[in-house]
Amino acid sequence: MTSAETAICVRDVSHQFGEAGQARYVQALKNTSLDVARGELHCLIGPSGCGKSTLLSVIGGLTTPTTGTVTVGDKAVRGPMPRDLAFVFQENALFPWNTVFENIVLGMKFQGVPKAERRERARRALEAVGLDAFAEHFPGQLSGGMRQRAALARALSLETDILLMDEPFGALDEQTRMVLGEDLSVLLSRSRKTIVFVTHSLGEAVFLADRVAVFSARPGTIKDIITIDEPHPRKPSFMTAPKFHALRDRLYGLLHDEIRKSMTETAQPRRRYGEAAENTGDAA
Amino acid sequence: MNGDAREPLVIRLASHGVQVAFLVVLLVAWLLATHVWHVSSILLPNPVDVWRQLVDVIRSGEFIYDLRITLSEFVAAFIIATVLGVTVGYFVSRSPYLIKVFEPLFAAIYAIPIILFLPLYVMVWGLGPASKIALGATISFFPIVMNTVVGFGNIDRTLTAAAKSMGASNIQMFRHVLLPGALPVVLAGLRMGFTVALLSVIGSETIASLAGLGHRIVNLAENMEMARMFAYIVFVVAIVAVLNAGISMVEAYARWR
Repeated sequence: MTSAETAICVRDVSHQFGEAGQARYVQALKNTSLDVARGELHCLIGPSGCGKSTLLSVIGGLTTPTTGTVTVGDKAVRGPMPRDLAFVFQENALFPWNTVFENIVLGMKFQGVPKAERRERARRALEAVGLDAFAEHFPGQLSGGMRQRAALARALSLETDILLMDEPFGALDEQTRMVLGEDLSVLLSRSRKTIVFVTHSLGEAVFLADRVAVFSARPGTIKDIITIDEPHPRKPSFMTAPKFHALRDRLYGLLHDEIRKSMTETAQPRRRYGEAAENTGDAA
Repeated sequence: MNGDAREPLVIRLASHGVQVAFLVVLLVAWLLATHVWHVSSILLPNPVDVWRQLVDVIRSGEFIYDLRITLSEFVAAFIIATVLGVTVGYFVSRSPYLIKVFEPLFAAIYAIPIILFLPLYVMVWGLGPASKIALGATISFFPIVMNTVVGFGNIDRTLTAAAKSMGASNIQMFRHVLLPGALPVVLAGLRMGFTVALLSVIGSETIASLAGLGHRIVNLAENMEMARMFAYIVFVVAIVAVLNAGISMVEAYARWR
């Protein structure tokens, strides 16, 4: 793959928490390399604690890896790159003391969007996710699915080429999840954004992704990458197609042993984003 | 902030009704005690005398001198405790190591009845207002600093990570994430600090002082002027109620912001 087509290039990234021998020592990622092509939706799937969320956080510059490099476009990642990458977190990443609209405007303020443009762009982003009627609501007044739509709108308003999504529908019920997945597929085919999407769900990975990277159990590394050759936007009928099931089964076959392996591990420390604990989501 | 539905008017009125009824019962019991059950007027002066004394205290303006001293001691103590508590608390909260070291330390010191050190404070700062200010500031420093540490220390990491990923500067992070996230807890600490500052200032005045409302009350008790002493107690209760209503309004405004 040439660099013109590569949006994100991950080279030999390893990451550990604490030092060998310490109680909190965890080797989360081991010699992971990955290329994400421009405009594709790339899913990362793997057992709990395999380092997939850590990898996302490394790509986004929120975690500095112990060794290895990440390049976005032609820039080496050394910290957050708000103009290139936007995050959608699993949940509760909206500021609860601001309305949905204020949340979106504030994100653009952080990113450095001129004041005059913010309101119009926020309105467009809310329309894109179908939340225009709820602009003045506080996050606490919305359902989980609507909150994630709002978080997605905030990320879209930043107009970055790349979206990093860390189990964005993970806390939602199956039905809401499916509908949001369909919406995302439509949105993606329109915007041609590059998306890296961490998920636990096999069905979600097959339905959304152009390619799926399967992680091994901790210390995580990419075991295999499978391609889902189906154009976006994907219809709900894709979910019942034989092709969908074949791919899902193949994915399950790849994951099955890794899930068993990760379940025999006793410690599953849960970590959160940020410098002090240095990490994301589910130790992930 | 989230526009929660207020309690229905009827329920609010009913609970206010019970509160008023409680006070009325107390007053009636007081009247009965002095007029019917003949409790010694040295232990419990009759409410009519107390009322007359209260009117006299207010009319004569005698209270102004002591009130001014007590209030200025209290305000100085509370301001010192707020500035030190919030500053120290904020800086401690920035480091998990400092939180681990100082949080149990603050909690342990706060659990000691610091009023025990009043003789020491009087030796250092004298019998005047300085020792009351120092003691009040010391005692109210702890709830303020502890809540500030907890408030700023427990901000959801997802929120700070989200702000950082969108490019928030340090000032923006403080203004838009840390401050609103910590504010409710910090305000609760200020509220506690407010109450204990007032308690310790008036309390230490009753133990060792030259002036102030606490001093006046003890003085009257020593001279057996019980009705006037009770009048002063009623006066202090009223002042405290006004101050509390004031801080509640400030708190409600800050939360709403």
